[in-house]
Amino acid sequence: MSAHTETSAAGAAAGQNRPATGTTLVKRGLAEMLKGGVIMDVVTPEQARIAEDAGAVSVMALERVPADIRAHGGVSRMSDPEMIQGVQAAVSIPVMAKARIGHFGEAQILQALGVDYVDESEVLTPADEVHHIDKWAFTVPFVCGATNLGEALRRIGEGACMIRSKGEAGTGNIVEAVRHLRSITGDIRRIAAAGDEAELFEWAKQLRAPLPLVQEIADTGVLPVPLFCAGGIATPADASLVMQLGAEAVFVGSGIFKSSDPPKMASAIVEAVTHFRDPDILAKISAGLGKAMAGLETAALTTKMAERGW
Amino acid sequence: MKPRIGVLALQGGFAAHGAILDKLGARTDEVRTPRQLAEVDALVMPGGESTTMSMLLERSELLEPLSERLNAGMAVLGTCAGMILLAREVVDGRADQHSLGMVDITVRRNAYGTQIESFEADIDVDGLESPFHAVFIRAPVVERAGPGVEVLARHEERPVLCRSGRVTVAAFHPELSGDERLHARFLADL
Repeated sequence: MSAHTETSAAGAAAGQNRPATGTTLVKRGLAEMLKGGVIMDVVTPEQARIAEDAGAVSVMALERVPADIRAHGGVSRMSDPEMIQGVQAAVSIPVMAKARIGHFGEAQILQALGVDYVDESEVLTPADEVHHIDKWAFTVPFVCGATNLGEALRRIGEGACMIRSKGEAGTGNIVEAVRHLRSITGDIRRIAAAGDEAELFEWAKQLRAPLPLVQEIADTGVLPVPLFCAGGIATPADASLVMQLGAEAVFVGSGIFKSSDPPKMASAIVEAVTHFRDPDILAKISAGLGKAMAGLETAALTTKMAERGW
Repeated sequence: MKPRIGVLALQGGFAAHGAILDKLGARTDEVRTPRQLAEVDALVMPGGESTTMSMLLERSELLEPLSERLNAGMAVLGTCAGMILLAREVVDGRADQHSLGMVDITVRRNAYGTQIESFEADIDVDGLESPFHAVFIRAPVVERAGPGVEVLARHEERPVLCRSGRVTVAAFHPELSGDERLHARFLADL
């Protein structure tokens, strides 16, 4: 994990034995610990228990999974605090929850509830069509979606400590997540191979991204924060694919509780993320899982959630 | 021949451990299967979600061979979730969570609270000349350390770094703060 100026400042200010909370190191640190794991969308405490029983590293507490948000329409908001607290009481693993893009009011409430990560999410209806939340202002860490490297770096510039591909949530179709991952990791490789500083200035301009973050990628060859995958994962094979494409962990939204046997599908995806490079093990755990979620062709969608975010 | 250091890579912060060990010139291998475990001389058990790791140890058929290697005296460094798995007794864990029972301590999971209470602080470590910058992420607390356990560091009176034979466990994350001294000591003691 790379150093950040804010980290060292907070560390120095902390001094001997005076603990510092909410620092960049502490926020990115939890994302490090979620690597190689599966974060599952749940809408009830019962589902949260099923997720934990199956080996989830964290659960995302929300009112409706993306597939149902698509089906039912209407404005989609932060979940009822009572529901989130119910999930927190039901499990011992970290609990995440979603706030609308730009809705710092919802994020403040989620922080007060003591959630472990806030997802400023395009799956909910955006609250601000220009600004994202100032995530530096919070003690709780944030994850944000991105479709390309410029978007990822703008979110990191605003204080996000974990980036996930957006994919196209609620479709059970992996094609968009693959596009986003390939775009992000491809541009990282091209920046790391840049010839001189002048090329980095151009990259920052093209990507509409903060120059220091572009320079950091040129030095390290990796995104400054963990890169996870979300949006359209429905099978163990999908999880293996995105892990091999450079994702460091996966979020599964509708893919588990819209399948015919959620506990079985959940365990299988957990094992697939661990053994993502071992086709023999993957063949074994992919067998006899019942029906995966039905899925949607992205060309036929009227709402593209991935286009939300600026 | 340099010893081969395995990093248990079922889930969690294994990449950060691997990066530090590589930097120190160690030979490292990620361990996900019994065959990979058989090939290493020592093991790092990283932080992450202890309940997830416990299940994956079982489903990957690693529980028994790991327990055998530990009882045969393999050197191990366990951090955070690794500490929880190596402890004799776990409070606030899942009922089906496995304890390898290698260190006579009682640990309480997530004892500080949620992520908002996670913190970094300098701690004094026995044998190190200057303080070690420690990062605690939803960290466990050692509520009891048996007489055979050496306490090498404390934070606010509570043990945070313990050793028992060839097993060293930390409640914090030495792999996250860029300080290589604890990994260097682990390698030097092999």
